[in-house]
Amino acid sequence: MNKVKHRSGFWFAVTSLVSGLRLTWQHFVRAKNRRTPEYVTDKNYFNQPDGLVTLTYPYEAIPVPDNGRYRLHNEIDDCIVCDLCAKICPVNCITIESVKATEEIGLTSDGTKKRLYAPVFDIDMAKCCYCGLCTTVCPTDCLTMTPVYDFAEVDIKNMIYHFTDLSPEQAEEKKQLLAKQQEEMAAAKAAALAARKQG
Amino acid sequence: MLAFVLTLVLLLSIVIVLAYVERKVAAFMQDRMGPTEAGPYGSLQSVLDVLKLLQKEDIVPAAADKNLFKLAPILIFAAVFAGFAVIPFTPDLVPAGIGIGVFYLLAIISLDVIGLLMAGWGSNNKYAMLGAMRSVAQIVSYEIPAGLAILAAVMVCQSLDFQEISYQQGALMNRFPGLEFEMNWLFGIEALGINTTTIGGITTWNIFRAPILLVAFVIYFIASLAESNRAPFDIPEAESELVAGFHVEYSGFRFAILFLAEYSMMVLVSLVAVILFLGSWNTPLPNVGPVSLAYWTTGTIGELSGILWGGFWLLSKTFVLLFLQLQLRWTYPRLRVDQLMHLCWKVLTPIALAVILIAGIWRLLMI
Repeated sequence: MNKVKHRSGFWFAVTSLVSGLRLTWQHFVRAKNRRTPEYVTDKNYFNQPDGLVTLTYPYEAIPVPDNGRYRLHNEIDDCIVCDLCAKICPVNCITIESVKATEEIGLTSDGTKKRLYAPVFDIDMAKCCYCGLCTTVCPTDCLTMTPVYDFAEVDIKNMIYHFTDLSPEQAEEKKQLLAKQQEEMAAAKAAALAARKQG
Repeated sequence: MLAFVLTLVLLLSIVIVLAYVERKVAAFMQDRMGPTEAGPYGSLQSVLDVLKLLQKEDIVPAAADKNLFKLAPILIFAAVFAGFAVIPFTPDLVPAGIGIGVFYLLAIISLDVIGLLMAGWGSNNKYAMLGAMRSVAQIVSYEIPAGLAILAAVMVCQSLDFQEISYQQGALMNRFPGLEFEMNWLFGIEALGINTTTIGGITTWNIFRAPILLVAFVIYFIASLAESNRAPFDIPEAESELVAGFHVEYSGFRFAILFLAEYSMMVLVSLVAVILFLGSWNTPLPNVGPVSLAYWTTGTIGELSGILWGGFWLLSKTFVLLFLQLQLRWTYPRLRVDQLMHLCWKVLTPIALAVILIAGIWRLLMI
């Protein structure tokens, strides 16, 4: 076992003081080198021998991994309002209201038929636990996690993201259309029933 | 009056630059970036800090001794600032060229201690009081080795006039009234027979004129760190251990004044070190044969070139010392309070006494 030898004396003190100064001086001189925002797989990521380690964050940032789980985004044009995401969410941060369409609305980008409007499609990012379950159950892959992680808000109400593409008036119109259609169907049904009774 | 205003403006601008440089140097030595946002490379940071301090509420604690509390920052800054009166900035520019400048400086700087005690006592706060006691104990103790080291330089120069001491340390020595027939010898030893009077430059700086003053310079520099409460002697206001020292109750403009006084003290002790030991406003370049570097880099006394060269050399040497102070701060650990007193009374003071003896003998060799 190596014993640490205790050294003392004037010259030892002087040399150790000078070596301390040399160390800080070297850091001072090498301060012109800087860390670069490399991706974690880059071979320089853990290999920064000298220079400043700070990244000026809002201007520079280390790239996030592709499978990182950050802010959710719903591409409402591709959403079929199936409510699966809201059902699987462990913290109930997704609120969806749906209104049946009176006719087919259209197709999503993967060819699924859209039959429901979503007057409300809210995700409360303050509640979200970023587990990513909703993105795995989404049948049309319209609900995705984006690389955005810096979205703090002054007012917590702004943490609720509204993804619906219907204005309240449009939503009201769709509801009335549906009600009217259902009324007509009910009337038709009643008429058919009355006709059968008579016949 | 003009000298007062000019010195104040010069001091304020040096302190502003120093506060910024300190943050940048500290950051670079710790692999950080320092201020980057305010102005190019954060250069306006310290200006904005001062503006912020000026806007703050001026709080005087209800239980404080209001007169002492209010007077203390003024006294502290006035004591330090008064020291600048005798500093020769260029060959013919001294705010107040009095013959006993060194004595006056030591005396007026000691007033600082009273201001510190007033601030600590007037705050009516035990921590401020403890901080003030520590600061005062430290400053009073370290005034002894600092004073002895200065005395060694004074003995070699045989003068208490900063301007005369400055002239002695350069090729212009014979231009000073009363020094027309003085000679400088290499290392101050006439027996060597090498006359450096007209060579000037670094060979006539006090640390070369009488090499024992190199030891005196080191002693003075260490003691000056303690006198300005700088690391590694910053126990009274060790920011990693306590909030602040004697100025813990101060805010706003009064704190700005104390801050200014602290940095002015750093500048002043560095200026005194440069003037007494490192050749004052004299150029470090010697005249070598036909290449009269010393004269070229001194300019003409009484003209603009003399003022500019003198100011340039004095300030650049001062900034080297200030940089060293900053570097020491980020290199060495803080001394414990008993180690501090040990260093002062058992190490520096005896060595300083021995240096005075040797300096006296050396003076005999010089004539």
